[in-house]
Amino acid sequence: MKTHPTLTRTARKVLFIACLGAAASSVQAAEDYSSFLRPAEIPQPDNNRITTARTELGKMLFFDPRLSGSNWISCGTCHNPTLGWSDGLPTAIGHGMGVLGRATPTILNTAYQPLQFWDGRARSLEKQAVGPIQAAGEMNQNMDELVKELSALKGYRDAFEDAYPGEGITEKTIAKALATYERTIVSTESPFDRWVKGETHAMSKQAQQGFEVFLGKGRCVLCHGGFNFTDNGFHNLGLKNDDDPGRYGIRKVKILKGAFKTPTLRDVELTAPYMHNGAYKTLEEVVDHYNRGGDTKDNLDPNMQPLHLSASEKASLVAFMKALTGEPAPVTLPRLPIE
Amino acid sequence: MLKSSQQKLLHAAVITTALLTASAVQAAELVVDQHNKTFVVEGNKVEAITIHVGDTLRFRNDDPFFHNIFSLSDLKTFDLGSFPKGQSKTVTFDKAGMVEVECAIHPEMYMEVTVK
Repeated sequence: MKTHPTLTRTARKVLFIACLGAAASSVQAAEDYSSFLRPAEIPQPDNNRITTARTELGKMLFFDPRLSGSNWISCGTCHNPTLGWSDGLPTAIGHGMGVLGRATPTILNTAYQPLQFWDGRARSLEKQAVGPIQAAGEMNQNMDELVKELSALKGYRDAFEDAYPGEGITEKTIAKALATYERTIVSTESPFDRWVKGETHAMSKQAQQGFEVFLGKGRCVLCHGGFNFTDNGFHNLGLKNDDDPGRYGIRKVKILKGAFKTPTLRDVELTAPYMHNGAYKTLEEVVDHYNRGGDTKDNLDPNMQPLHLSASEKASLVAFMKALTGEPAPVTLPRLPIE
Repeated sequence: MLKSSQQKLLHAAVITTALLTASAVQAAELVVDQHNKTFVVEGNKVEAITIHVGDTLRFRNDDPFFHNIFSLSDLKTFDLGSFPKGQSKTVTFDKAGMVEVECAIHPEMYMEVTVK
C-alpha cells in the first residue's frame, strides 16, 4: 500500500470516502490510492478480444467517411482525436449539416464505461458503435447498403477475414471492429498519475490544493470518483433552459428527468465546450455552475448544493482538472481501401 | 469452475434462502445494504436473492452519496426516491414472481428478487 507524502490528513480521510466508490473490498486504509490508479489492462468481452487485426480494421472503419449515407461523415468527424476525441462544438453537427441536440462526448476511456451515450441507452460498445451510423440525423446510413459497399472492396474483404475469420462482413462484425478500436482509445499518464505514484513535484501545489477541494469542500468526488473520475451514473445538474429528458427517456424514474451520464474528467481540458448541451465554454464556467449549486432546481440531483468556494479554491480546482491531461498519444491514420 | 465472486453470490443466495425457508411461516424483513455501489446482504455482494410472498426488503444506504432504488417490473413497480447515507426504505413483495431492482443513479447496481 502506497502513501503520499504531501496529502494532508484531512484529505486522506476524504480520499477514503472517494475510494469507496470503486473498490471491491469493503475495508480500505485511508492512504489507499488504488482506486485512482490507471488500470493496467483494458476490459474486453470474451466474444470480441482485442487483436491487432481487429484494432486496425476498426480504425479503418472509424475514419472512413463511406460509413455515412453521404460518404462524407466518418466517426472521426465528430470524435476527432485532435480535439480530445470530440468536436469542439457546443452540440454535434450531423447529416446535412443539421445541428443535433447533444454535445459529442469524448470516446476516451469508453472501454471502462458499462453504459454508452449520454443517456446510457447502449449496454456495450458493440451496441453503441452502429447507432450513430444508422441514425437519420447523424450518419444516415442504411446498414444493408453499407455491408454491400464494404463487401465490394477487396481491401475490406481481406481486413474482415483477417480480423474475424469466417464471420464475413456484417453489421455484427462492423460493430465488433469499431468497438475494438474504441476500446483501445484510453487515457495516458497525466501529472496527477505521476503524483499519485509518489512524484511529489509532478503536480503543482495549486493542483494539489485543487485535489483537496475536489475531495472535500467541492464535493466533486461524490460523482467523479475512481480512476476514470466518473461514477458511471446519471445526474440532473440543473442547467438553464434545458428540456432534454436525458436518462428519463430510457428509464421512467422521476430522478432521471434531465439526468445525464457523468463524463470522465480525464483529458477534460481538451474537450470544451462542456456539459451535455455544451452550455459552458470553459472549466471556470463549469466550476461556477457547481459553486452556485446549479440553476434550475425542480429536479436537481440531491448531491448538488451551493459550495461557497473562494476564488482561490475555484482556480485550484481548475488547475487540478488540467493536471488530469495525459501525455499526447499520437494517432496514425489508416490507408483506406479504394478497390 | 466458479469464480470467487460467483461463489460469494451463490453463498449469499443459499444463506438467504435457507434463512427465509426456516421462517417461511412468518413474513420476514431482510436488510439489503447499498455499499460501494453494490447490493449487499449479510456482508456479501448479491445480484439475486430469493424471498417469500409477504416478505419485506429494507434498502439501507451505506454509501456517502445518494441512491435511488426502483423497479419497473410489472410484478412490483416502485420508486423509493433518493435517500442519503444512514437512511433506509422498505418494500413489501406481495406477489410471486421475479422483480428487477436497480439504482436509478447508479445503474450498475442491479439485483433480481425472486418471490416464491
